[in-house]
Amino acid sequence: MKYQQEFRDPKLAHQWIEAIRETSKQPWKIMEVCGGQTHSLLKHGIDQLLAGSVELIHGPGCPVCVTPIATIDNALAIAQQDNVIFCSFGDMLRVPGSESDLLSLKAQGADIRIVYSPMDALSLAQEHPQREVVFFGVGFETTAPATALTVYQARQLNLANFSLLCAHFRVPPIIDALLDAGDCEIQGFLGAGHVCTVMGYQEYLPLAEQYRTPIVITGFEPVDLLQGIHRTVQQLETKQYSVENQYARVVKPDGNRQARELINTVFTPVDAEWRGLGKVADSGLTLVEEFRPWNAEYRFSVKPAAQRQSMVCRSGEVLKGLIKPPACGEFGVNCTPDHPLGATMVSSEGACAAYYHYRKLPHV
Amino acid sequence: MSEQNCPLPLSYQHIVMAHGGGGRLMQQLLDDLIQPAFDNPLLKQKLDSAVLEIQAGKISFTTDSYVIKPLFFPGGDIGKLAVCGTLNDLAMSGARPLYLSCSLIIEEGFAIADLQKILASMQQTAAQAGVAIVTGDTKVVNKGQADGVYINTSGIGVIDSSIKINPQAVKTGDCILVNSDLGRHGMAVMLERDNLQFAHPLQSDCADLSGLVGELLAENIEIHCLRDLTRGGLAAALIEIAASAGLHFEINEAAIPINEHVQSACEVLGFDPLTIANEGAMALFVPESGVDDAFKVLSRHPLGKSARLIGKVVEKDQHGLVTLKNALGVSRVLDLFSGEQFPRIC
Repeated sequence: MKYQQEFRDPKLAHQWIEAIRETSKQPWKIMEVCGGQTHSLLKHGIDQLLAGSVELIHGPGCPVCVTPIATIDNALAIAQQDNVIFCSFGDMLRVPGSESDLLSLKAQGADIRIVYSPMDALSLAQEHPQREVVFFGVGFETTAPATALTVYQARQLNLANFSLLCAHFRVPPIIDALLDAGDCEIQGFLGAGHVCTVMGYQEYLPLAEQYRTPIVITGFEPVDLLQGIHRTVQQLETKQYSVENQYARVVKPDGNRQARELINTVFTPVDAEWRGLGKVADSGLTLVEEFRPWNAEYRFSVKPAAQRQSMVCRSGEVLKGLIKPPACGEFGVNCTPDHPLGATMVSSEGACAAYYHYRKLPHV
Repeated sequence: MSEQNCPLPLSYQHIVMAHGGGGRLMQQLLDDLIQPAFDNPLLKQKLDSAVLEIQAGKISFTTDSYVIKPLFFPGGDIGKLAVCGTLNDLAMSGARPLYLSCSLIIEEGFAIADLQKILASMQQTAAQAGVAIVTGDTKVVNKGQADGVYINTSGIGVIDSSIKINPQAVKTGDCILVNSDLGRHGMAVMLERDNLQFAHPLQSDCADLSGLVGELLAENIEIHCLRDLTRGGLAAALIEIAASAGLHFEINEAAIPINEHVQSACEVLGFDPLTIANEGAMALFVPESGVDDAFKVLSRHPLGKSARLIGKVVEKDQHGLVTLKNALGVSRVLDLFSGEQFPRIC
């Protein structure tokens, strides 16, 4: 718990809240990119403590939330095949596709397993040489190295019965897309600490410069978040627009070199569809040609049915930071964690689920 | 526990279908393994139902089924769990447990040595609580149709007629206590089941609370409600009682005792310790005037040493409400999670 309790110290937190209140001369709109940060901000009530000084806008950094429905449908189609053991992280099992979700398929008899690490899926492939083991890899640059290592090892081991259904995303292109959009109201960003632990923050320098927007790489505990917000506000008030690193105890300027090399060996950027946000250039990762035999999309000839998603769900606007979850008429009424209309209500890191969990008005 | 070291009293090493088939093998299993494990005069009568002498007054009666993987975990096993769980359910209504039943559903191929260990563990736990296992049943199902062994236990206890422990007895102003730190059972079982190795292995808190409750009642501590914090943990228990009583509970998050290693494992996996199952922890609702005396009794019992005052019943609320005030002074609603809890992705 070292490096955690210190950053939850209430006295220190209140000193930073005071510092932000003193520094901020107008209610700046700052987006925290990462779902883990959203969760922490709401859990600790930091958004409430800063009301009037800073408005926090909850960004699209929840991997479960942004995985497009077409990919979920692919997952459902593959998982239903007879000889397949389909592995993923637990939260992905709840996300509704057009017709069903993985948890329901599991209940109907599909062999779907929750793993803690992609390497667990690799072990399953070794244990069951007669079965096809598919790992559904989701997440941003944080989880991409573990997926990359797994595919790399599958090739080293010549494991022909393992493959990857890839839904990995990159953060810088989506920040670019959000800032580039005409309706963007975001004035500063808290950069995702874990993503930058892997990638470093060099990629963010041109974004801060081009859009004249401060980006402060920030951790996840209350004092981390408050320091990150304070530095962002300081930049905004003094009209400086640069990249700063609040999370220096973990994040290095160039990130984790080995992890980045692994990502570059196994993956290449590709245009990707984000649920609720549309297609964004170079914002996804796909396996390079050399690793094509381990790409589940090529291995399984899957033709998903026509995509169906809720017409009333406003998760796209939530993911862009245009509205807060309670502004959606379905929030807490027809859309709850038990019956989610969109993925932002599914994942524990999704903004809608976080609001429902921590801010739900009693008895709605 | 000495039985564990003896040679198996049966010719088979593993359970076969015939052990549940009603013939000689089944009789052997009952006579040579199960009855000796639980040995008591009532069981020896071999009646279809146990005939019990019970003093006049109120009777508490409960049942629970136990399915757990792995069957043996740090701090306990399914046998100990099946006895403690039912004893605790009786104790939560203020009852003094007297008798238990034990029904076994055993998967074909289950190791008889393991069954023997589980039965010995049940008997040891029951005996320590002064309770007899007086009736039971055994079924064997085909390989693959059960996960080793499932156990159902029912329990009967007696309650002093003056005792009224239930959610409706909770009043505005009551203090909310827990007897111990939270989350050890759920996390210990999860780490063992999924072979997640942390630097500090965790032990389940699986324990019989009836002795502690008995001492509190013997000392005339006024208790309005008790609830063991099993599935769904503290959060589920408080939300259920608040809804049932139509009251608002305010909990001080920083006061909730959580073992450092449980907290670490929860942080890594993305779980909330307030929603993790316990098997030796309970919430107590006590009037403010009785809190000091309650702590005196709690602190001298091994299961009450880390007891804490965690919150208060603040006001009426038609639908029931539990709020959690965090270290920064902000209150939030405590909510049940949806479906199953899953480990975080990143």
